[in-house]
Amino acid sequence: MHGMINRAVERFVRDTYGRDQWLKATEAVDLGFAEFEAMLVYDAALTDQILNELGDMLGKDRANLLEDVGTYLVSHPNTEAIRRLLRFGGVDFHDFLHSLDDLPERARLAVPDLHLPAMELREHRKAFFSLTVRSGGLRMLGFGHVVMGLLRAMADDYGALVLLEHKGTRDRSEILEIHLADASFAEGRDFDLSARAAV
Amino acid sequence: MSDMAPIHAAPMMDTLCPMHLMLNDTGHIVHMGPAFDKILGGKSVIGLRFLELFELKRPSINQTMEALLGLATAKLHLQLRAAPRTEMKGVLVPIPENTGVGPSGGAVINLSFGISVVDAVHDFSLTSADFAVTDLAIEMLYLVEAKSAAMEASRKLNQRLQGAKIAAEEQAFTDTLTGLKNRRAMDYILNRLIASETDFVLMNLDLDYFKTVNDTLGHAAGDYVLQNVARIMVEETRSNDTIIRTGGDEFVLIFAELRSTEATAELACRLIDRLEQPMRFQGQPCRISGSIGATLSSFYAKPTQERMMEDADTALYAAKHAGRGQHRLHDPTATKPARP
Repeated sequence: MHGMINRAVERFVRDTYGRDQWLKATEAVDLGFAEFEAMLVYDAALTDQILNELGDMLGKDRANLLEDVGTYLVSHPNTEAIRRLLRFGGVDFHDFLHSLDDLPERARLAVPDLHLPAMELREHRKAFFSLTVRSGGLRMLGFGHVVMGLLRAMADDYGALVLLEHKGTRDRSEILEIHLADASFAEGRDFDLSARAAV
Repeated sequence: MSDMAPIHAAPMMDTLCPMHLMLNDTGHIVHMGPAFDKILGGKSVIGLRFLELFELKRPSINQTMEALLGLATAKLHLQLRAAPRTEMKGVLVPIPENTGVGPSGGAVINLSFGISVVDAVHDFSLTSADFAVTDLAIEMLYLVEAKSAAMEASRKLNQRLQGAKIAAEEQAFTDTLTGLKNRRAMDYILNRLIASETDFVLMNLDLDYFKTVNDTLGHAAGDYVLQNVARIMVEETRSNDTIIRTGGDEFVLIFAELRSTEATAELACRLIDRLEQPMRFQGQPCRISGSIGATLSSFYAKPTQERMMEDADTALYAAKHAGRGQHRLHDPTATKPARP
């Protein structure tokens, strides 16, 4: 499992529940170190163990935990870089949804050994979409829930009103249903193409 | 002049090339792509000569419309004359005569920020709408940010690894029980002193009666004594001297820039004196002493680690043979005594 993903879980726990909670979890699974390195690769089983431990510790099931991680990645000031990179995907939420097909490729341009699950967006009728997340290759259950949280936070970011539902897993793929109820429901957050202006 | 004629190609050009300018046959601007609204801060430049707005940096030509037309399809390096003097690259295409595309005898110049796009989006507050849909500028901006973030993560990793490496090296040179240096450090320091032709004294020190302490009072007492011995040796030496624990109760001391046999003998006496002062471990007295054999690098024309270690060992053996708590200096004039 790429350190980027482990590191995201770690940052989520530390920024949301505090460093002590994170250290408690690393000790419980006998990690042997306190911090994941974003640029190293770890055994996939480690990620599963730590997610199980965190679920028990925080009283959350896997789905809720992962969705919170996804929301955190977009909405927390410490991960502003990720929000910005995602916002490059589209000028509005509709445009952004269509950029999800390219997301793994975009991630690989930045970090060549980071393999995110392939995603496929289908527009069934106007404003009704399904997103297939082929998370089977990641050997981590429920990556689609991370995507759910991410979409929810990105909709807020664009000021769009969306209804999301995780329809479960079939053939190692997760299906998300997305209804874009109102593309310009609220003001949304600013996005400046220039990183310097954003700081 | 056909300035008044409608420019049929304008809407198409605005979408395909938002950063283009259309010139008439005299080199005056008759139409500008929508991106120039932001680049020029809302100012209209219609009617201005193109070469008043831009300086042509390369290729270098007469700054006339005729010369400009001669550069059709070549790569142009341009710079805005007004602040922030942004550099752009461009290409000029003459407008075909009497087609209604634009003014006859005129030209279309399409421009791009090239590598200065990162500064330009900041300077002109550009958005995706200011670039053609097919333009890779947005992808380039994405990549610049993504790569900076990835580089930052790598840089942090390197920093942490560097810190860990220094800590590991420190540990690898240190005896963990006493905090003194270990045999690896000794090889390193001796090599360095010999290579730099610095004079030094090499002293081998074995504790006496240490085995008795260990056997009668246990290992905890033994560890306590070793730590005490280390402290005494640190106190009795200068900070640039090196103290090495080479084995259980065996030590090597290196005194850089020491050349005097008297001073060496004095040092040895003082060390033995201090070691013989009784220590107490959990109320129990631990009595030890030390035997020392030393040699000076100045005894040798070409000192080597092996030879000096051997001579210091021989002197140490002689000291032990003379009874405990003694020190002996290697005698460079004597022939090597045979060991029993």
